[in-house]
Amino acid sequence: MKSRSAARVAYEQKQKRKGVAIATLSTLLVLLALTVSIPRAPGWEKVKSSFFNGEILVSTFPSLLKAFTLDIAIFLWSLPAIAILGLLIALCRDQKTPVMFPLRMFGILYTDVFRGVPVILTIFLIGFGIPGLGLPRPWNSPYIWGTLALVLTYSAYVAEVIRSGIESVHESQRAAGKSLGLSQSDTMRFIVLPQALRRVVPANMNMLVALQKDVALLSFIGPVEILRQAGVHKSLLANFTPYVGAAIIFLAVTVPATRYADYLLAKQHKERS
Amino acid sequence: MALTKLELVNVHKSFGDIPVLQGIDLTVAEGELVCLIGSSGSGKSTLLRCINLLEPIDNGKIVYNSEDISAPGLDPQPVRQKIGLVFQSFNLFPHMSAIENVTLAPRRILRQSRKQLMSNATELFAKFDLEDRMDHYPDQLSGGQQQRVAIIRALAMNPQIMLFDEVTSALDPELIEEVLDVLRQLKRQGMTMILATHEIGFAREAADTVCMLDQGRIIEKAAPSTLFSNPTETRTQAFLSSVLKN
Repeated sequence: MKSRSAARVAYEQKQKRKGVAIATLSTLLVLLALTVSIPRAPGWEKVKSSFFNGEILVSTFPSLLKAFTLDIAIFLWSLPAIAILGLLIALCRDQKTPVMFPLRMFGILYTDVFRGVPVILTIFLIGFGIPGLGLPRPWNSPYIWGTLALVLTYSAYVAEVIRSGIESVHESQRAAGKSLGLSQSDTMRFIVLPQALRRVVPANMNMLVALQKDVALLSFIGPVEILRQAGVHKSLLANFTPYVGAAIIFLAVTVPATRYADYLLAKQHKERS
Repeated sequence: MALTKLELVNVHKSFGDIPVLQGIDLTVAEGELVCLIGSSGSGKSTLLRCINLLEPIDNGKIVYNSEDISAPGLDPQPVRQKIGLVFQSFNLFPHMSAIENVTLAPRRILRQSRKQLMSNATELFAKFDLEDRMDHYPDQLSGGQQQRVAIIRALAMNPQIMLFDEVTSALDPELIEEVLDVLRQLKRQGMTMILATHEIGFAREAADTVCMLDQGRIIEKAAPSTLFSNPTETRTQAFLSSVLKN
């Protein structure tokens, strides 16, 4: 390719510099306005000491971090269960023969119910309901049943994501498999699913980010994970700063993960266009 | 007279209210190359998809080796293994390399050993001059190469009949010949073939029989020398003159 003329390069560089300068200036102005105006609010001193207390943040942070390992552990246990269950439900919904109608109905019912109920409600119902049966240890543990509630809810969402992936694989791929004499299940397993699962990786990444946050909801039924730990600190110190600390820890995990999902999505767009 | 390999008797097919095939009768002898010509929508593709049992027919019957393969309730899988179909848009599996595309069906259906699979596939790739492309993925191959891989994929099942659905229509002009060469090679080996095509030149040169389809009917059927030089139907004359003009 022939290189662009010097005049054009100079013009484009000038335009670019101008854009960067404007963006920087406007960002600075907004920040300045915020830093000047917020402290002038009448309750600022109070808010500052109860939400942004540096001393408390430093002293409670290590225990919050430690409690967060439980969030990560619950997240990691539920992942394989969600992946397997989500895939199975998606396959149930894809059944089209009359014999398989009950499976299809089950798939529809499952996704409708668990996507239709607020996560926290499922957690309450299962997390309090099942241990209420008076099961022996360890089966009365809220960890187990709380995790199950997350698994049920998220596998319903993941199933829908996978199903959309399955439907996005062009009919001609199935036709090609069939025309070779492959069975329905082989066509699904070797031709449709590998393509479908690859396509839904970015969507499922976003699902993982949401799951990581929703693990904190289990704090309402018992496990001392980060949100509950922050609550304990809050009560003892009569200060909300531990919540801010917990938020910082969540952001440290979810922001990079979200950026990564965006990156994957952008990459996929590029490959397809 | 050669053995009858395939016979279509009064085949009808509609999609909803739209009739696509309206009484097709056709006999194909072993080793015969039949070309189907006709404008888009005349029913060529549907006819091929019906023979491969991708579409059930509404009426009539399809007899393959004296067995009625269109009988309702018949398991289509064994039939499809014997009747290969190659598509206009190749339909290779994009997540598999060329060799994986070719070996999938024999591995799953014929249950061949790994060694056998590889030697059969390698032989086919070598025969069609693609040995150096076996490990390439579809998006790393030219259109002509993709279509040749798709043909090899169908041949790997050892079909008795091969159906080709406008296999050169999606190709750049300079790539058409390499695919037509494969067809010539198959013809020499005595493969029974039905080819829906717009390549009038190829049909004239290689076909044993040419069928002109119009609105789901075979309106004219003859040897290429007759049909192309002296078409009797005005519809055929019009079609040929419009195709040959381009």
